Amino acid sequence: MPNTINIPTPLRPFTDKKESVEVSGATVGELLADLTTRYEGLRKHLYADNGKLRNFVNVYLNDEDIRYLQKEATPVKAGDTLSIVPSVAGGAPASAEATAGQARAAAEELPTLSHEEIKRYSRHLIMPEMGMEGQRKLKASSVLCIGAGGLGSPAAMYLAAAGIGRLGIVDFDVVDFSNLQRQLLHTTNDVGRTKLASARDKVVALNPHVQVDTYEEALSSENAMRLFKGYDVILDGTDNFPTRYLVNDACVLSGIPNAYGSIFRFEGQASVFATKDGPCYRCLYPEPPPPGLVPSCAEGGVLGVLPGVIGVIQATESIKLVTGIGEPLIGRFLIYDALKMRFRELKLKKDPECPVCGPNPTVTTLIDYEQFCGVRPEPQTQATGAAVSEWEITPVELKKKLDAGETPFILDVREPNEYQINRIAGSTLIPLGELPRRYQELPKDREIVAHCKMGGRSAKAQDFLKSVGITNVKNLKGGILEWVDKVDPSQPKY
Amino acid sequence: MALSLQAGVTEAIRAHGVETYPNECCGALIGREGAVTHILALPNVTDEGPRRRFRVSDRDYLQCEKRARELGGDLLGFYHSHPDHPARPSQYDLDHALPFFSYIIVAVRAGTPEDMTSWRLREDRSAFDEESLTHAQHNQHPDAASSVHG
Repeated sequence: MPNTINIPTPLRPFTDKKESVEVSGATVGELLADLTTRYEGLRKHLYADNGKLRNFVNVYLNDEDIRYLQKEATPVKAGDTLSIVPSVAGGAPASAEATAGQARAAAEELPTLSHEEIKRYSRHLIMPEMGMEGQRKLKASSVLCIGAGGLGSPAAMYLAAAGIGRLGIVDFDVVDFSNLQRQLLHTTNDVGRTKLASARDKVVALNPHVQVDTYEEALSSENAMRLFKGYDVILDGTDNFPTRYLVNDACVLSGIPNAYGSIFRFEGQASVFATKDGPCYRCLYPEPPPPGLVPSCAEGGVLGVLPGVIGVIQATESIKLVTGIGEPLIGRFLIYDALKMRFRELKLKKDPECPVCGPNPTVTTLIDYEQFCGVRPEPQTQATGAAVSEWEITPVELKKKLDAGETPFILDVREPNEYQINRIAGSTLIPLGELPRRYQELPKDREIVAHCKMGGRSAKAQDFLKSVGITNVKNLKGGILEWVDKVDPSQPKY
Repeated sequence: MALSLQAGVTEAIRAHGVETYPNECCGALIGREGAVTHILALPNVTDEGPRRRFRVSDRDYLQCEKRARELGGDLLGFYHSHPDHPARPSQYDLDHALPFFSYIIVAVRAGTPEDMTSWRLREDRSAFDEESLTHAQHNQHPDAASSVHG
């Protein structure tokens, strides 16, 4: 018993102009196979080279799309009618995606370039992809760097040198010696200055045509939307999960793309998130990792040149987004391994269940990101230097105990290479990772004071020890860094 | 290959492109023997972002075939706009093209319609060929297209 297939207008020239054709078979796939055997010319329009139905060829069994049935394996009964319905689609090339810069180009006159600027940007101007139009779009555009540290340094410098019109920088930190190994915006003479003052000097020295707007505040749920407003791209140079989720969500909510980068030890990542149609950071990582699982650069270290590579990728993507040239790193997640010297690329898709950029978002305003990431708020220390928590001890208190002749067991849970840099006299080193099999080495009759570099790992050590019944453990507040600051300045800091 | 647009069609396509700017517009071309007599403006149902994509729903496609039959003509192809981009087909257009259809592209720059071109897919799907497009003189049948527009 034959079945009928309805042929759409553009394919009728292959079926002798017939609007419908009689075919036979037991499944949708067999009917289509019979059809293409009878009318060979149809095959290349219905099937791609890999033998699969082309993605714009929709097949309906009676009134139902076979994609929601059993696809080509859907069984057919006598009298069933198959319809081929072409999906009509198209569009402008991806590179012509209307970007903020382009929209502005369309809406108003682009700024002109002075003779001095034309000379300065001549290596851009002679490339047709960039040209005068691209350079003027750059001048009309703005990028906000979150952080003037490892990633923000190269990004801000290259964006300024390239001729971005307006560069915003958010930071509230002060330049420290430990920054100089990788944060090239800051030099030895800048130690002790605010990062913003130092950054402004360098950017203006590089290119006085750039408008530099600095914001000396910690990015928060309260100020993010206000700070982002008016910028074309947000460049995420943050070093912690709460701020990373905050930047992502604020980008999605304000419709501004996020040129994302992150670094750890020898590995870096980059992508472009929160574009109109692309995935966001939460499509990749809906939930933050458990607190402490991924250490920060301060704890885990970072190769100094690594943020140079990643920050420059972020600057490259920012320039491409605002000028509309090239293929942006949207829907692609780039992973760079400096030790192996390898780039890998993962495909990323927009998650239809994404709580912030999906069609049914549950996050529609900025939330408390510290809480979302499970980060414990810093316990308040009183002016006297006394810790408010009974589980903590300040360096000053510890010094007093030692001076008074008490002999607490000082447990250092850092790594051996850190122990070589500085240590508290009389302390015992058991790295956090070794604690589960070595905790029985700890004395049962003495108070234990655990410490690491800043207090994070030792808090985990404390939690672990509690779980195995060792409860007389205090965490040294601020770690050895605070110990050096407050008690023993003769030792180096790192 | 050549496509001629009857009176009012050119203006209706351009007006539709302006109306949806900065998003892409789309619609069907209906007529006979290389002459477009009517257009059907269609909603753009793309879920990939209407600024640089368009898609016609399956239901609307079937409706277009039906309407063409009712008007005693054929479905000759589709038109769409390229906001702030030249009237040249993209790779995406090529990947989604059907044979024998005419694809009209109108460039809309900063909200103003500019070039209009028409394209046909090569039989081996390797590329588009531009086809000549002729426009009717103004004021011939001023309401020919607007009667079905929308």
